[in-house]
Amino acid sequence: MPPAAVVVRDLTRRFGEFVAVDRVGFTVAEGEIFGFLGPNGAGKTTTIKMLAALLRPTSGQATVAGVDVARDPRGLRRRIGYMSQRFSLYPDLTVAENIELFAGLYDVTGERLEARRAWVLELAGLEGQERRLTGELPLGWKQRLALGCAVLHEPPVLFLDEPTSGVDPIARRGFWDLINAMAAAGTTVLVSTHYMEEAEYCNRVLLMSRGRLIALGSPAELRAGFDEPIFALRTDDAPRAVEALQHAPGVVEAAMFGREVHVVAREAAEAERSVPAALAAAPRGAIAFGGMRRVQPSLEDVFVSLVRRAGAATEA
Amino acid sequence: MTFTGEIYPGGDRPGGAGAQPHEADGEMGRWGDTVDDRGRPEDAGFTSSPHRPIPPSDGRGPGSDERRGETRRSRLSASLRRIRALLRKELRQIWRDPRTKRLVLAAPVVQLLLFGYAVTTDVHDVTTIVVDHDRSQASRSLQDALQAGGYFRIVQTTEDSRALARALDHGDATIGLDIPRGFEADLAAGRGARVQVLVDGTNSNTGTVAQGYVARIVQQYGLDYARAHGAALAPAVDLRTRAWYNPGLLSRVYNVPAVVGALITLMCLLLTSLAVVRERELGTLEQLMVSPLTATELILGKTVPVMLIGYIDLTLVTTMALLWFGVPFQGSVLLLFAAAFVYILSALGLGLFISTISRTQQEAFMGMFLVMMPIIILSGFMYPVRSMPLFFQRLTLLNPLRHFLEVVRAIFLKGAGVAELWPQLLAMSLSAIVLLSLSIWRFRNSIR
Repeated sequence: MPPAAVVVRDLTRRFGEFVAVDRVGFTVAEGEIFGFLGPNGAGKTTTIKMLAALLRPTSGQATVAGVDVARDPRGLRRRIGYMSQRFSLYPDLTVAENIELFAGLYDVTGERLEARRAWVLELAGLEGQERRLTGELPLGWKQRLALGCAVLHEPPVLFLDEPTSGVDPIARRGFWDLINAMAAAGTTVLVSTHYMEEAEYCNRVLLMSRGRLIALGSPAELRAGFDEPIFALRTDDAPRAVEALQHAPGVVEAAMFGREVHVVAREAAEAERSVPAALAAAPRGAIAFGGMRRVQPSLEDVFVSLVRRAGAATEA
Repeated sequence: MTFTGEIYPGGDRPGGAGAQPHEADGEMGRWGDTVDDRGRPEDAGFTSSPHRPIPPSDGRGPGSDERRGETRRSRLSASLRRIRALLRKELRQIWRDPRTKRLVLAAPVVQLLLFGYAVTTDVHDVTTIVVDHDRSQASRSLQDALQAGGYFRIVQTTEDSRALARALDHGDATIGLDIPRGFEADLAAGRGARVQVLVDGTNSNTGTVAQGYVARIVQQYGLDYARAHGAALAPAVDLRTRAWYNPGLLSRVYNVPAVVGALITLMCLLLTSLAVVRERELGTLEQLMVSPLTATELILGKTVPVMLIGYIDLTLVTTMALLWFGVPFQGSVLLLFAAAFVYILSALGLGLFISTISRTQQEAFMGMFLVMMPIIILSGFMYPVRSMPLFFQRLTLLNPLRHFLEVVRAIFLKGAGVAELWPQLLAMSLSAIVLLSLSIWRFRNSIR
């Protein structure tokens, strides 16, 4: 086990009565890609902001790159890189001027600056375009330039808060290649996302819902921990089928999944009997049953199920 | 935890960048070459040295005094480099933004023209109607005396008293002079003659001044007449007034120097409050806050360019006041610039404070408007402080602009120095300290 880059214990943040992050704890190893997954308002951004010393924890402890976040926020800032979904560059500065600003802020000078500047330009694919205004660049370029600027000072820990929102899938894929390469080179990356498929790129994923940690593990582990059988149902009227299956015996959950319906069952045999029956007896006329097959749970299935269980636990 | 191949979907890597030139082969620096470097991070060539040792935070760890002194020096130079980087960025943005440039150069010109020409309380060419019932040589020479100074212009002479009321009602005349029958006869007999003056008091300022002028002219006329006709009556008291510092009592001389104050206030409030809030909207403020930049460094980087602009406008207005409007300048330029420094600090503090309580540029703009009005009105810029009710007079003591205007006018017109102006300078320094501390404190807190 490599040494820990981030250690978080009982981290809590309240905004008045509202508990945005509720006693979250985890450890991230050096060089790991660690994902925060959860719906909007789950507390991902709040957690990352606390770890980047942009927000004070109400209680709890966090150590990032060996620095206590609450005690030495200034010491912390030299050791971390941070990039938010807004790709916070100055649109009215040129590419080179943005790089120069970050270099000045992080005290990157001399030969090191020359090397890093060349590196960022290459990473962003902006060689020869240093004099272009950043505001004129396409989003994907802006995103990569923002990443380059955020790691200009080679921080051991990098925070990415929904770094790919609004970027097209190809650019997103290229971006994840960069993150993988950085992690391979030893940078610890903590990234939040609400794209399920992006969670698959992470070594480990922390699922959050309503400020709580509801699951933590590698994508494979999370899927393996999902013990309820899951079926993909083919039908010509998915919305009505979902409605009809909500109260069918043995069905835990039914949800649209593309053109199919994913049915989470309590027990496989029971569901195979009750699903066709429920469709046939649907209110306002029978729904065609196009067959169903058992499928591997996707992370989304896992996530939906865990959030539901966490919700049920709090209400109970 | 084991990392399995499944977790890393792409094996592609950005190849060795310039950071590791020793790795260079023919195709150095191209990325997309599919070299599988998983598990060999040291060969990745991605960052030049990701594990570059970073010194322990802020010299907390044990270290000799020598080393500590060295880190302090290098910390200071790093701090200066951060401020310089931010300053350079701010100046570039200001220079590149045509709106800011226009504001900096056009606002002084517009304000000077307005307050130099349009806003005037001067008594000059006041429209006058004369009802002359006497039609004598004496009454005609009184009218000549009235017009001689250029203060009054007779628009109508009539014998009909109703015309006077009509002219005042319609605003055709501001002053009405009624000369009764027997005016000359009374004068000649030494009985003392009476004339009636009616004033349109709608514009109380001009009205009062004009009334005074008419009274003086009429009185002088009476004395001259008596002297010319051999009467030996000398007046008991001969009142001769002379206005110091502004002998012509030109409102331009009073107003134009004050434009300096109003303009600096406007610029500082507008530019500082918007500069910070714009970054908050863009999300770049967060990016700055997550960097090693401290709150003080950030505020310095934000305010120094605005101060520079304040000085550009101060120079522009002063030059125009002297060369174009011919306003006298009796005092020391150095003192004017020093006083402006203290005042600009107050205005910057206020602008920063507004920016800390506003989330959007609109909010900042409204906040600015809200404080700008009372600051201007309670400063003596347009309405003299001494004619305000006592409560408001006391309130103006809290207004740094009031003190700054006193300083500016005294330097321009009276040639006053530190000996006379230290109370105002002290008051401005206090408000600068209070406002700046308040905004830095708010700024630090806004991170939480």
